[in-house]
Amino acid sequence: MAIPYEFHYEKPLTLQAALELLDKHGENSRLLAGGTDVANEIRMGFRVPGLLIDIKGLEELKAIRVTDGALHIGALVGFDTIRASKPIRDHCHILYEAAGLVASPGVRNRATMVGNICSAVACMDSAAPLLVHDALVHCRSLGGERVVPVAKWFVDNRKTCIGGRELVTHVSIPLQEVKCAGAYQKMMRYTGEDLAAANVGVLRFADGRCHVAFGSVGPIPKRSPRLEKHFLEHGVNPESIVRAREMLEKLIKPISDVRASKEYRMHMAGVMLERALIAAGERLKMPRVIAGKE
Amino acid sequence: MKKISFTLNGERRQVHVSPNEILLEVLRYKMGVKSPKSGCDSGDCGACTVILDGKAVRSCLIFAVEVDGQEILTLEGLSADGLSPLQQALLEKNAFQCGYCAPGMILSAHELLSNKPHPTEGEIKEAISGNLCRCTGYQPIIDAIKSLTQKR
Ligand code: FES
Ligand code: FES
Repeated sequence: MAIPYEFHYEKPLTLQAALELLDKHGENSRLLAGGTDVANEIRMGFRVPGLLIDIKGLEELKAIRVTDGALHIGALVGFDTIRASKPIRDHCHILYEAAGLVASPGVRNRATMVGNICSAVACMDSAAPLLVHDALVHCRSLGGERVVPVAKWFVDNRKTCIGGRELVTHVSIPLQEVKCAGAYQKMMRYTGEDLAAANVGVLRFADGRCHVAFGSVGPIPKRSPRLEKHFLEHGVNPESIVRAREMLEKLIKPISDVRASKEYRMHMAGVMLERALIAAGERLKMPRVIAGKE
Repeated sequence: MKKISFTLNGERRQVHVSPNEILLEVLRYKMGVKSPKSGCDSGDCGACTVILDGKAVRSCLIFAVEVDGQEILTLEGLSADGLSPLQQALLEKNAFQCGYCAPGMILSAHELLSNKPHPTEGEIKEAISGNLCRCTGYQPIIDAIKSLTQKR
């Protein structure tokens, strides 16, 4: 089906050139990386730009680096690259795990993680892993750099706090001082293409702390400070998990849609929370598959 | 209109496209390459799969202007000198019925086997996931790919 909307296309080869284009065209432009969301949205007539700025020529956005106490993931790093990256496996295993559940290999070969959090569809797979790791989103404009904690990044379904003249260069994930292990759970009808009807990310620390984030059970993915406090006070054990599942009823607000009813989502959020807590706990006992220092 | 040039099945090709033209449609209607199909036009079914710089991708989600300077392989290129061993195995096992999913299945399996000649059944399933087949129930396709990886 041909696309009935017309727009211009530019492919800048330096970050400076890209920022200048963005500055000039602002809200009338859109950035294009893997394009798996952008092409669909434009085809549907949603957020059709006057100018499409293809950033795939910006080599400096392709790197995965471990420096200055953080793991840096460039804006052009695709989910297939995340799956093949040892630094990501070592320092943010939950992201490696979630990346393997994004759509299908044919989409992962092109889709980027930063694109995922910029499209910000409530069911995105990258959000919960980044939230439990307290990741930072690095934005650039001609005016300079702005760093946003991922917990403040999402504003609404499909809406982030990015400015019209900003571009995300990379995401950084602080390396943990304390030994920790994560686990990601995604509720879907089948593997290979389905969007998450709900997802849960958990990061457990050797000192008893526990980070918990949910996706697809509200307009934006979120950490749950109430549950984190609960687990810090009571530990993670069968009783505290039962209690946490009761608390969930008040903490998340899933909706009913074509993929699942709100009752089913609510129930499964509890089941997945339990599974993720147990999996992360088991991983915490293992010498490998661990983020943070030994 | 922009003039782009890329390698299509081993041949250097040039074509004029406007930015809103989707690669799948340019391949089919401007370049005469008909093996990639339109199934869903939204990245869900795999029928439009092509190999772009060595990776299986969805040509319904790519603007043609994006592939300037790159290299594309489709079934036409894969079988330029007769059926590939992979295609032969699928044929022998009668793995397809209507065949609509075949181009995507074959190219996805081709990418897998190029990187990993002896994959596990799990890896085969993973590689072809996202290619929807409404006829076969997948098993004959998986069996055919498996038979090939064991023969070697
Ligand atoms: S037509 Fe491209 S994935 Fe279905
Ligand atoms: S053989 Fe008909 S869709 Fe697969």
